[in-house]
Amino acid sequence: MSDLASPQNSPALAASPGVFARALRKPLWLRVALLAGVVALLEFYGRLYADPAFMSPPSLIVKAFFDKIAPQPKILEALWFCVAQIAAAYALSVVFGILIGLLIGASGFSRSAFLPIILLLYAIPQVSLLPLVILMFGLGPAAKIAFGFSHGIFPIIMNVVAGMRDVKELHLRAARSMGASRMDTIRHVILPHAVPSLFTGLRLGMTLTLLGVILAELYVSTGGIGYFTRVFAESYDPAPLFALTGCLAIIAVIFNELVRIAQNHLTPGKRRPPTLKNSVKE
Amino acid sequence: MERSSFATRSVQLAFLAVVAGAWFFATETGSVTPLFLPKPASVYVALERLVKTASFWSAVMVTLTTIAKAFAIAIVAGVLAGYAITRSKLATQVIEPVIAGLFTVPITLFFPMFILFFGIGTGSKVAYGATYAFFPIALNTIAAFSNMEERYLRAARSMGAGQFDTFRHVLLPGALPVLITGMRIGFFICFASVLGGETISSVAGIGRNIALAAELMESARMYAWITFVIATSVTLNLLVYSLENHIRSR
Repeated sequence: MSDLASPQNSPALAASPGVFARALRKPLWLRVALLAGVVALLEFYGRLYADPAFMSPPSLIVKAFFDKIAPQPKILEALWFCVAQIAAAYALSVVFGILIGLLIGASGFSRSAFLPIILLLYAIPQVSLLPLVILMFGLGPAAKIAFGFSHGIFPIIMNVVAGMRDVKELHLRAARSMGASRMDTIRHVILPHAVPSLFTGLRLGMTLTLLGVILAELYVSTGGIGYFTRVFAESYDPAPLFALTGCLAIIAVIFNELVRIAQNHLTPGKRRPPTLKNSVKE
Repeated sequence: MERSSFATRSVQLAFLAVVAGAWFFATETGSVTPLFLPKPASVYVALERLVKTASFWSAVMVTLTTIAKAFAIAIVAGVLAGYAITRSKLATQVIEPVIAGLFTVPITLFFPMFILFFGIGTGSKVAYGATYAFFPIALNTIAAFSNMEERYLRAARSMGAGQFDTFRHVLLPGALPVLITGMRIGFFICFASVLGGETISSVAGIGRNIALAAELMESARMYAWITFVIATSVTLNLLVYSLENHIRSR
């Protein structure tokens, strides 16, 4: 159990600078070892010390998934609803985000007139509107899709506008001097240039869509995921709660990965947004 | 921001006027039920009545102290952890993607666990807000300290600077802009997540009061609270931006 957790300290491996030692110096394997170590620690702590009303070791969480989550069609249905809501909210965010972004970014005038309005709307803490959204759209999927959509659309708009703005004057002038019309310039110069920034927006938009849908799911405690989390939390039954949360986390990771894969395949020339890749900007 | 000419300003004013006018006319003609959208005048009256009550200020104080505690914990933990990780290149390579990966999963998912561990009071909101704000602060601390140009450090060392001098005069000033960006983002994430936590499940605070007004269908009072939150958040945005520019320009 603990041999995975601390591979560097293992004398046998340190003594032989062979394939294993070299593999262990690779960040990926160390990362896997680190995560395995955390899981092992949780298992150890959960089995021996933790209060079973609050904590559950990972093995029991996996067991709870098969015993209490998978056989219950109502929970599975709630999970599927969640997936469908995220997909719908994200699709709406992408379509309207790109459309509005293109309209705002199309000219310097529209940008300086409308971008401040978008920034102002983006600065509003949207959670304060959550009860209002539920009041308007009801307890069903419509409210969750609306709330996810209102979260996801803003980063997409802003990154589309930003991508269209940063086109080099030189490229624009070159296109014009070679006889490109306004439409040609947009189609062949501005749009390809905006793609990397667009994908930054799409990834951020996915993160925020997930946030919006899940916030709304948890707020509505009479049905869907929120109902089951409340039931498990109130009955001090942590294992199925952790298992359900784990399912949602896996769904979130899959959605994020889909966008990342799309980014890697669809970015022309695999251009990436500038470095400092994980510093959080906006 | 872009150049703001008279024309762009008038477009923005026209937009605001259209929104305000639509609100006024829709409520006056009764085409929207007052439950979803009360009259501007009744929201104003509700807001006026609200700020005179003692419970309003106690709710605001609860939320503000929760945010302050959560943000303080997030700064200390985020900066210390971020700085400690950047002391080793290998640790940066191993741990940074883990933190960045975790941050793309909405931590809101784990909110029921915070309630389970810390109860329904302010403790769970402090922990939740601190956890959410930890990530941008830690990530930006890592980015700030690990992208330092090696030649600056070498220059400082060759001119005889000790460990502390190097930190004080080279590392810290170089890292400050990115660090401060992390703290600003962390602060607003903290603000939003504390409000969200209070809205979802709580006994006190601003978010709880918004949810309560919605449950009681007192929409004028709910809009009054929302107006207060939006005004506060716009003011905070302006304050933090000017503070950030002030620190950067030094």
